[in-house]
Amino acid sequence: MRAAALGFQIAVTGLAVAFLLIPALMSAVTGVTANYFRGLSSGLTLDWVARVWELYASTVWRSMRIALGALAAALLIGVPAAYALARAPGRLARAIEEFVSLPLAVPGLALALALLQLYGTWRGFRISEWFILVGHVLYTLPFMIRAVLAVFAAIDLPKLEEAAAALGAPPWRRFIDIAVPNAAPGVLAGALTVVTLSIGEFNLTWMLHTPLTKTLPVGLADSYASMRLEVASAYTLVFFVMVLPLLVAMQWAAARAQGFVR
Amino acid sequence: MRADDRFTLLAALPLAIFAGAFLLLPLARLIMASGEGPSGWALYGQVLANPRYMRALGQTVAVSGLVSLAALAVATTAALFLVRRRFFGRSVLIGLLTFPLAFPGVVVGFMIILLGGRQGLMNALARDLFDARLVFAYSMTGLFLGYLYFSIPRVLLTVMAAAEKLDPALEEAARSLGAGPVAVLRDVTLPGLAPALVASGAVAFATAMGAFGTAFTLATNIDVLPMVIYTEFTLAANIATAAALSVVLGLVTWALLFLARSFAGAAVAAGG
Repeated sequence: MRAAALGFQIAVTGLAVAFLLIPALMSAVTGVTANYFRGLSSGLTLDWVARVWELYASTVWRSMRIALGALAAALLIGVPAAYALARAPGRLARAIEEFVSLPLAVPGLALALALLQLYGTWRGFRISEWFILVGHVLYTLPFMIRAVLAVFAAIDLPKLEEAAAALGAPPWRRFIDIAVPNAAPGVLAGALTVVTLSIGEFNLTWMLHTPLTKTLPVGLADSYASMRLEVASAYTLVFFVMVLPLLVAMQWAAARAQGFVR
Repeated sequence: MRADDRFTLLAALPLAIFAGAFLLLPLARLIMASGEGPSGWALYGQVLANPRYMRALGQTVAVSGLVSLAALAVATTAALFLVRRRFFGRSVLIGLLTFPLAFPGVVVGFMIILLGGRQGLMNALARDLFDARLVFAYSMTGLFLGYLYFSIPRVLLTVMAAAEKLDPALEEAARSLGAGPVAVLRDVTLPGLAPALVASGAVAFATAMGAFGTAFTLATNIDVLPMVIYTEFTLAANIATAAALSVVLGLVTWALLFLARSFAGAAVAAGG
């Protein structure tokens, strides 16, 4: 009976891995195969990757720019905000935290429609990369705030601050010298999450983009609809290569921050 | 006001400006826009009475619910295996299972096309082995599998974190008292995991309710609510209806997550 249970567990786990992995591997292999229909026997080539670069390099650079912009905003807005929320426990602070976390629960499509309703007629802004950046900041900021707040909640911030205050440190020095260094693991985990999510963001970006502000996932959607399978696969491969190291680093940083929280 | 409190307010100021300009005002505008159509606020009544929208809502809820249940079943089975057993390549396996976390919905849609599309793996296998045709990517099955694809890793991580905190002595005690594997699972393991199951199930459900990229890539005629909103907005330029449906969808997903968090309580935070 226990052997049967174990066999069942192994079978389900194996099927899940196959389901998640086989299409990703197919995509990676197809991206470097000369002809998908004739299979691997048609030979390996980097021609499709080169073709992707020719067609879509601008989307890769734009996604990187926007991800770095979202990171800068998360650091400048999110870290001080987490500090303020940690220092001001109480109903209002919880309500603000819940409100700014809305983009985690409300579908991106609805948020994008809201932004378009209010700023869609402001043309200079509407057609610029800034418009997309705003959407990405909206979506990624809660992750930074939560990651940093979790660390602040675990390290007994009031006691550390009290000690610093007794030694005569003004509030801004306590923030820079005590709070930020202590929150570093949370900031790192939050930063990697922000960059990874920004590079992959589609639901908001699809509504906010213009033909001149296509990001990587928008370009991917475009290639899935209109390019041959090898080009779409090669483009997906480029995306995997960009996002996988980030994902690994993100999980490592999150586990490390968890260790600090405990 | 004390210098400390002034500094706390100053630290919150960038967030207040950003969230005010790009969250509060746009959401307020969206709600206003939903009442600015020819029928005013009566639009909400019309939307709720419209069979096409209600069928879309029903289908969205049905597929999201089924996906959550399937993801819970698969991920819990795999999580218990991965947490309890130590074997060579275990951490690589966990890495592989969580790898789709960073995939946007469009990429997930493409994965399903590679599996079940006209030029997909399953169709090629069916043709070569049975001289049959097997295309499911562009149907409800494809949508279900796509949502399952991005739900499994999310649920798995939460359930694994909770399973690591379960006390193995409890199961041992139940076993020594003569409980069979099914009874142990039903009476000890699953109740211990319940908060994590509720929390991750709710997240999977809410994510599936709002998922747009996958349905968009599969380019089917499946009426799930996000696709209806998109079509109303871009093709029909029916802005008031798109806004009203967005408000309904946003409220439903937010309320659901809020309820799940209150139900599962502090354990949700502990379980991730």
